[in-house]
Amino acid sequence: MSTKTSTMKTNNTTLTDEQLEAFGEELDAIRQRVLADLGEEDAAYIRDVVKRRQQFEVAGRALFYLPPLWPLAVASLSISKILDNMEIGHNVMHGQYDWMGDPGLNSRMYDWDTVCPGEQWKYSHNYIHHTYTNILGKDRDIGYGILRMDEDQPWKPYYLGNPVYALLLMLFFEWGVALHDLEVENIVAGRRKLEDNKPLYPGLIRKIRNQALKDYLLFPALTGPLFPLTLAGNATANLVRNIWAFNIIFCGHFPAGVSTFSQEECEDENRGHWYYRQLLGSANITGGKLFHLMSGNLSHQIEHHLFPDLPARRYPELAVEVREICERYGLQYNTGRLSKQLFSVASKICRMALPNRAAGSTGPAPVAEPVAA
Amino acid sequence: MGLTATILRSRAVAALASPQGVDRYLEQVNPMWAAHEVRARIVDVHREVDVPGHPPVATITLQPTSTWRGHRAGQHVQLGVEVDGARRATRVFTISSPDSRHGDRFTVTLRANPDGVVSSYLVERATPGTMVHLSQAQGEFVLPDQVPEHVLLISGGSGITPVMSMLRSLQRRTHRGRVTFVHYARSPEHQIFAAELDEIRRSGHGIDLHLLHPELGDPNLSPAFLERLVPGYRDVPTWACGPAPLIEAVRGAYGDAESLRVEYFQPPRTSGTSAEGDVAFARSGLEAPNTGAPLLEQAEALGLTPEYGCRMGICFSCTSLKKAGTVRNVLTGEESSDQEEEIRVCVSAPVGDCVVDL
Repeated sequence: MSTKTSTMKTNNTTLTDEQLEAFGEELDAIRQRVLADLGEEDAAYIRDVVKRRQQFEVAGRALFYLPPLWPLAVASLSISKILDNMEIGHNVMHGQYDWMGDPGLNSRMYDWDTVCPGEQWKYSHNYIHHTYTNILGKDRDIGYGILRMDEDQPWKPYYLGNPVYALLLMLFFEWGVALHDLEVENIVAGRRKLEDNKPLYPGLIRKIRNQALKDYLLFPALTGPLFPLTLAGNATANLVRNIWAFNIIFCGHFPAGVSTFSQEECEDENRGHWYYRQLLGSANITGGKLFHLMSGNLSHQIEHHLFPDLPARRYPELAVEVREICERYGLQYNTGRLSKQLFSVASKICRMALPNRAAGSTGPAPVAEPVAA
Repeated sequence: MGLTATILRSRAVAALASPQGVDRYLEQVNPMWAAHEVRARIVDVHREVDVPGHPPVATITLQPTSTWRGHRAGQHVQLGVEVDGARRATRVFTISSPDSRHGDRFTVTLRANPDGVVSSYLVERATPGTMVHLSQAQGEFVLPDQVPEHVLLISGGSGITPVMSMLRSLQRRTHRGRVTFVHYARSPEHQIFAAELDEIRRSGHGIDLHLLHPELGDPNLSPAFLERLVPGYRDVPTWACGPAPLIEAVRGAYGDAESLRVEYFQPPRTSGTSAEGDVAFARSGLEAPNTGAPLLEQAEALGLTPEYGCRMGICFSCTSLKKAGTVRNVLTGEESSDQEEEIRVCVSAPVGDCVVDL
């Protein structure tokens, strides 16, 4: 098997300013066209997903009364939690359905079934991550302040534990997402003061209390003598959702070939360069319809990063156009099977545990120019 | 429903349904089931007035969910409809039926505003069975529990709806005092509730009814006219509702008499004479000379599409952050210059330079 280049640097933008501008205009046109076309089908789709999520949840909670069906109950509840986290929660809180005017599907009102308060996530995700995507030192989602995911993050002995930290982050992903906003790494580094976190505590504590009360006390208690089984089942469903969400997200951002950017090259960037950065900073995962639904269509991370506020159900159809545009501009479109992207991410996590090797010693030299996929 | 409602509204159920809330689950089973939210099913759409070439007026009868807490005559309600099953639009409408209690049916009466998504949908397209979203009843324009001996009601056009609700409530409460009801309409054919008013006029019951059509030669509202109709009217508790010119005339006739309570159903137009300075919309980076119109209109004139609801200062949907400058509330004339202040842009007109976060 050929090892691909580790990370690809784009310190020299390969498109001219004029090309970037034209590239941005083409993507803007797609965006405008979809915005004008939003309507009944999008509304019906998300309402259908919401309904199915509820059915899976009710079925899961009910099946805990029949101990032999415990695996089925866990599966059903896991599906409910995954749908809530990905296709509903993540996308609704992006404002993808705000145009519907439905408070139940509004980014300002919706909160998801995880310990992370939606309010806090929206700041770090919608604002910081989606604006400063893959800019080292600005996008805190590069390694989440815990991992080393890029060669330009200076190595220190702490990162020898990279694979272990990644494993722990995967298992406790919802907790990682919840605590992400406390910016512990910045506090340790002295860039943030502990009291800056004070306003975040009440919301965080309330959310953790509500989630724990529901999954680890009330629903188990409702099943009486089956309390321990239900408790274990709920914990397992949360674990399944954590593992799934972690993997989808890591495959969308950290496979080989995904670029990071320096702050200098993004100063005063135009709309076209922003699109360019979103494109090269993300990766897709191929799969069937069901897989796309369960990933919240974040299997189309590229389209999501180009159009974060368009309903995600549109991404598969937009992907065809985006790919065509990329080919014309000679830009890389990073996509692959789940297994390929997972392997790529896993090897990067391990490789980044060690200091950078001297250039040239890791097989083929990094390609200077991105090539069309 | 008593025990069920108590259970559904309990903290335990809220904790189990967290974070979505119990209503998200109930509505999937039956749209008429709710623990907190208020929704209603349209049970009747009745054309009140249908003059060719003019927007029709209809009365919509609503069966609310059991969460509806009732209303007092004169109050209004926010009503949201899903146009084409996708976009919910919410506007404010006055309730035309008499006082209602918990879960009671009630009616709203409205004219299909040609530019109004919600009113034209309700009048021209809605059919019995359609679900709508409601707020609880709102508004301070209500009759007191102890109704005064003599009540003067003044209305114009579709401003008759809250006053009609009051009149109907007074009849139902078997009010024994005197009611003087003055209403202005364009012509007899434009008269909303014509048959019922005719019935009231004939049966009397202490209701002194005056339907006026100034375009056909009837007198306009003036202090002299009011004095002739109701001697000493300034001391008679009065409720007035209608378009801005009528309300301005009523205000002029009453001065600062405390007996007057008014409700606009359109914010008064501001005179453009005092418009100075520039208006800046910070988020969009647009700037233009102040026209003196409410900020919402100025923003829309620049192509912005801020969120809005009632456009009359009631529903707070358009609340935005004013970063600097002075604005005048076009309803009250009150000016405020606080920095970083939440304002309703539909009824706030800038006085001089102004910066709004839109």
